[in-house]
Amino acid sequence: MANVPKDLRYTREHEWAKLEGASVRVGITAYAQEQLGDVVFVELPKVGVKVTARQPFGVVESVKAVSDLFAPVTGQVAEVNGDLPNAPEVVNQDPYGRGWMIVVTPSGAGDWDQLLTAEQYEQFLAAGGH
Amino acid sequence: MTDTPLRRTPLYDAHVRAGARMVPFGGWEMPVQYTGIVEEHRIVRGAVGCFDVSHMGEFEVEGPAALAALQRLTTNDVAALDVGQVQYSLLCTPAGGIVDDLTVYRLAADRFMVTVNASNIAKDWSWVTGHGGGARWRNVSLETGLVAVQGPRAEALVGRLADPDVAALGYYRFARSVVAGVPALISRTGYTGEDGFELYLPWGETERAWTALLDAGRGDGVAPIGLGARDTLRLEMKYALYGNDIDETTSPLEAGLGWVVKPAKGEFIGRDAIEKVRAAGPRRKLVGLTMAGRAVARHGYRVLKDGRAVGVVTSGSYGPSVDRCIAMAYVEAGLAVVGTALDVEVRGQAKAAEVVRTPFHPPAVKKG
Repeated sequence: MANVPKDLRYTREHEWAKLEGASVRVGITAYAQEQLGDVVFVELPKVGVKVTARQPFGVVESVKAVSDLFAPVTGQVAEVNGDLPNAPEVVNQDPYGRGWMIVVTPSGAGDWDQLLTAEQYEQFLAAGGH
Repeated sequence: MTDTPLRRTPLYDAHVRAGARMVPFGGWEMPVQYTGIVEEHRIVRGAVGCFDVSHMGEFEVEGPAALAALQRLTTNDVAALDVGQVQYSLLCTPAGGIVDDLTVYRLAADRFMVTVNASNIAKDWSWVTGHGGGARWRNVSLETGLVAVQGPRAEALVGRLADPDVAALGYYRFARSVVAGVPALISRTGYTGEDGFELYLPWGETERAWTALLDAGRGDGVAPIGLGARDTLRLEMKYALYGNDIDETTSPLEAGLGWVVKPAKGEFIGRDAIEKVRAAGPRRKLVGLTMAGRAVARHGYRVLKDGRAVGVVTSGSYGPSVDRCIAMAYVEAGLAVVGTALDVEVRGQAKAAEVVRTPFHPPAVKKG
């Protein structure tokens, strides 16, 4: 079973969300990167763009597939991982660390509680992950 | 989609034991990758890899009418084929579209084997038996395992398990031999652009040969390679994939396969239609594109010139050996010129691309 850190929250589209003070850092899970295989391209929004919970904010492409990235929370993009355009493979190597994608400043608090806990996400994966 | 159960090759259990990710492909349950597509791709370019392609179809045809039947069915000149030689060829419709691409093996003066795409076995079987009358056809697809051994170390590896004579086998030549005790037809062919062999084996003994190859090749850095890397390897060579780049709506001349169409040999199915295209000049051509950025151009994406649709992508991926995103696309003939700047529409955005010389990566197949 893929690694599911306890201190994160998750979407059913396999993004993780990490609360950092008033901000939320976002990436894709170990399960997601395993399913995608070698990541070759990540398309991310610019700083300042508004993203909406459960709506696509970007795209990740592997050799075989293209997949939308879904925002876990509504808010404004505060940071973008500038390393990914030149080193998309870090998404495979370190999905919960250097492979992070964006940091969002949430516009409200409600979305966070809608996200899956680690236990719920593990159950979701055990049930097939889709 | 139908609910027909997926077929399994004789190596299915070996793939599962090796941790392969199995996917449906052309009606078969096949390994798409073992450790990762990019890593497997590099193993083939740098050392040697083994591919299970047992899903592919094989038909034998024999008798005094065999040559004439193949001459009528296929576009290339089968009479030019020596015993022990292989030929790349096409089956075409009367309208000049491509029914399938295939290789033709001359086993004896009046005996041949053709190898066809897995997804086309049923269609091709009814085509060849329907149009190749007079000859005796036999579908040996489910008796024949097929393992491709590809890469710069392939000759050393196969030479160790078979006759060392395989080193003398020329490109597109084959010989009967034994690999690790298993009788094999060893063919110096492949779909990667590397030197290597395709080993036709008895279905039930395929796993024995497969295991022996992986064991004996450990010092060469051998690994099993999935269909994912098979696709990126062939794409870097601009080898067509049936169903993606060629089909019954595409002409061999549009696809750059005019070199396997030999109208001088006489009548064959599709000849008149293909010659009409030749006389008029194909309206579109299959070209190689490189993308300026890292977005992947995929099958079905539109090709644009100054915002106008001028073609369509048929295959595209990241090319690990060229370290760029590359694609094959049909574009208007006037734009099929090396150096032409085009765009590919990726998720509604025009992404810069350029028509380039192909193959994308220099081939290293055996010469002569």
